[in-house]
Amino acid sequence: MRYALPLGLFVLVVVLLARGLELDPRRVPSPLIGKPLPAFEMETLAEPASTLSRADLDGRPYLLNVWASWCVACRQEHPLLVDLARRGSITLIGLNYKDTRADAAAWLADRGDPYRLSLFDADGRLGLDLGVYGVPETFFIDAEGIIRHKHIGPLDAAAFERDIAPLIERYGDGS
Amino acid sequence: MRPRTLLLAVLLALTALPVNAADTPLSFDDPVRQQRYDDLLAELRCLVCQNQSLADSHADLAQDLRDEVYRMLDEGASDGAILDFMVERYGDFVLYRPPLRASTVLLWGAPLLLALVAIAVVVRLARRRAPPPAALSDEERARLAALVADEKSGQD
Repeated sequence: MRYALPLGLFVLVVVLLARGLELDPRRVPSPLIGKPLPAFEMETLAEPASTLSRADLDGRPYLLNVWASWCVACRQEHPLLVDLARRGSITLIGLNYKDTRADAAAWLADRGDPYRLSLFDADGRLGLDLGVYGVPETFFIDAEGIIRHKHIGPLDAAAFERDIAPLIERYGDGS
Repeated sequence: MRPRTLLLAVLLALTALPVNAADTPLSFDDPVRQQRYDDLLAELRCLVCQNQSLADSHADLAQDLRDEVYRMLDEGASDGAILDFMVERYGDFVLYRPPLRASTVLLWGAPLLLALVAIAVVVRLARRRAPPPAALSDEERARLAALVADEKSGQD
């Protein structure tokens, strides 16, 4: 009985620490979930002459994937994105982040281009508005342009099935 | 290494520390605004190197955010507006001092709670250490009375 209190405290601390081990401090919850995609007016990677705004993308759900040719982890997730595009799982829009047109185009030519189009965010302005801090990041945007999910770091098949497939089920695949 | 050489090496190493500040220091001519800029950068966390403030971090993102803070200050934004701007994009996590909310009650309350527990424990221990003196038996009381009486008669 004498040791009940210290033992209880000890067990509590162990449980809390054990739980803490499973949390990833890199996964910072985004305050943008449930909010509309920030407004933008942006050139596309393929066509410097034409600009695109948020309204041009509305009307169908899509994945907005933040990528860059200098981003090593992007190489890791790229085959999955190419595969998703090939299977027509969902529309993919790229956000080419703080990159150069030449490098980005060469990168896509090398590895395949899964994107319906890529926005060209050379100075990282839209990236800042989206709270991007660890490329690659992937946002699920519904048909009304509302951000429903944010995945930080390279997307893998398991995370896609767990987090994004249910959203596609719910909001449609954009086809 | 001789002690003096070692001491010299340590002193040299210490003088090198301040140089480790973040690169490209943007600065204002106005000292008040400069102070606000420095304070804001110390308040905001870099999300890439999470244990560093924007002022300390060398990450590209920290540089971008420093530029953004600078730009907003330059345009006359208030400190609150700048912090709100960051929180809207990166969440409360970007602040080194998160606001008091339902999810942060434990964070803010835990030190007080721990202090109360500590005080309770100390009080309990102190009480246990000093047990109240046991009551005297009748025999002891009689002896005491005799002793006191002796003492008194001796003084007279």
